[in-house]
Amino acid sequence: MSPQSGGIDVFIGTVRDTTKGKPVIRLEFEAYEPMALKEMERIAQKTFSQWPVQKLLIHHRIGPLEIGEVPVIIAVSCAHRDAAFEACRYVIDTLKQTVPIWKKEIFEDGEVWVAAHP
Amino acid sequence: MKVNVLAFGIAKDIFGGSSVDVELPQPGTTGSLKLSLEERYPRLKQLASYMVAVNNEYAADENILIPSDEIAIIPPVSGG
Repeated sequence: MSPQSGGIDVFIGTVRDTTKGKPVIRLEFEAYEPMALKEMERIAQKTFSQWPVQKLLIHHRIGPLEIGEVPVIIAVSCAHRDAAFEACRYVIDTLKQTVPIWKKEIFEDGEVWVAAHP
Repeated sequence: MKVNVLAFGIAKDIFGGSSVDVELPQPGTTGSLKLSLEERYPRLKQLASYMVAVNNEYAADENILIPSDEIAIIPPVSGG
């Protein structure tokens, strides 16, 4: 928060209890940490160059997460809400495409690496 | 030449470990590495896609590899 900030847009991802109607027991996240941090940094720099962002937070957890827990938080503060909304959406969308983090869904009858297979 | 390749996510299951050593004919490229991995681990070809990272950067197929590079197989990411 800063005195020039007119709006803070926060995205909080939470662990859902089902996937395509199938009950999920928990999620497990893994990261290629040095590269993940580098890609997050790249996303941050692009965000600062594209929108009048004052402050930006990108937070991601790894390891096992239970239903309802929070794997990811994005927070963006700007003078005006349009930029805050757009930048926040850009950051989470891009993180899901380029940051080397992987999510495994644990079910009663097995485990699935999300997005691995067509 | 020999390179060490790190594996994450489903690639670790496919390789049966967090890294593998691969012998490549000179000059080694990202593309030739993918071909030799796919020969040894056909399951790689069933993935929706996968990338190769060299020294923490996504690398194109024509990228020349040297033994000291940190190379990793990046299956489809699913963070967030």
